[in-house]
Order: sequence, then structure tokens, then C-alpha cells
Amino acid sequence: MRITLTSVFVDDQEKALRFYTDVLGFVPKNDVPMGAHRWLTVVSPEQPDGVELVLEPDEHPAAQAYKQGLVADGIPYNSFAVADVRAEFDRLTGLGVRFTQPPTEMGPVTTAVLDDTCGNLLQIMAMAPPAS
Amino acid sequence: MFRALADPTRRAILDELQERSGQTLFELINRLVTRHGLSSTRQAVSQHLGVLEDAGLVRSRREGRYKFHDLDTAPLRAITDRWRIDPQEEDPCGSP
Repeated sequence: MRITLTSVFVDDQEKALRFYTDVLGFVPKNDVPMGAHRWLTVVSPEQPDGVELVLEPDEHPAAQAYKQGLVADGIPYNSFAVADVRAEFDRLTGLGVRFTQPPTEMGPVTTAVLDDTCGNLLQIMAMAPPAS
Repeated sequence: MFRALADPTRRAILDELQERSGQTLFELINRLVTRHGLSSTRQAVSQHLGVLEDAGLVRSRREGRYKFHDLDTAPLRAITDRWRIDPQEEDPCGSP
């Protein structure tokens, strides 16, 4: 048994594809029409055969309530590993990304939390605190 | 206000908000557990924030879909207004 997919509920698949690729820097992997929606996945260019992130429609009312509850308390929906949280924070804020938490050392990890513009917060993290 | 300050977790919340005002509940909970070893539940931290808000020491604001918590130290002035801090004595070695 292997874990091959993780997902995030998005309010608009096309907008999500643009944000997750153009801004975050992932690359498209699968894009299969499924009636009103698409089976839409992206992967990290560092791991093209790695875990795929499914950009899943959040049409179900329960999905929307779930997302709103998490966002209100600042809780990220998903978390991604980066080499340098501060460098990513600088790069992404330069692209207009909104952060609810700037890079902060939390014990052995440095984390930051950003808005994916599709109704979710995402955490980026690096294991070792950056040298400063 | 004195009841609000009497709890060590609530004092730790004020410490963290002093370092950075405008935190989400998520950030505060992570700071409490990683920096103070306080693994309080989300509900417990929410309740602590409610007590601090009632005392006027924390203000929460909604910004779009987010909720941020800010520190407000203004109520602390009541302490030194009531019990004045003596002006510091002059340094005996400072002047001839």
C-alpha cells in the first residue's frame, strides 16, 4: 500500500491551477474532464513522480463549512516542505501572496502560513531553523 | 484583570503576543506548545483568550475570513496608577 495522493478543496479549479503552478511553482500532472469538473492534480517539480496534490472542487456544503472553520482559526489545510521558509516568504510576498503568519521558529521547525486564494491556508515548513 | 493575569498560560499568551501582535489561534497554540511546553487544547486556549479579552488585555479583530488577536497593555496602567513605582534612586557613584 502506498500514499500517492493528497488533496485540497478549492473554490475554483482553474484559479487553483494558476495559483498552485504560477505562484507556488508546482507543475500540472493530470487533467481529466469529469463532467462539470476535472480530475486535476499537480506535483512538485522536485518530485515529478512523487505524491500528487488533487485540486478538488469544494462544492459540497460540508466542505465549505470545514474550510471556513479552519481558516477562521488560522489552521492550514495542508503543509509543504521548503528548503528555506524565509526565502519562500520573500519570494511569495513579492508575488502578492498574503501570509497570516510570517516565518516563525516553532521548536525544531520554521513555519509560515499563507492564503491559497481558493479558500484555504497552507503551511510551509523547513526542519532546521535558518541561520541568521 | 488580576484574575486574568493569575494564570501562567495566560501570561505566556501575553508574552507571545508581545513578541508579535496579530496572531491567529493556530499560531498562538503552536507557540505555546513549542516555546512554553504548554500543550493546551484549542478550546482551552480559546477560553484563555476570552478571559484576556474580558480584561481588555487582548483584542480580537476579524479581517476577511481570518481572526487575529492583538495585545493591549493599556489596562496595566491601572496597576501603577494605583500603586506608584518609586522614582529610581540616583546612582550614588554617578555624581561627585
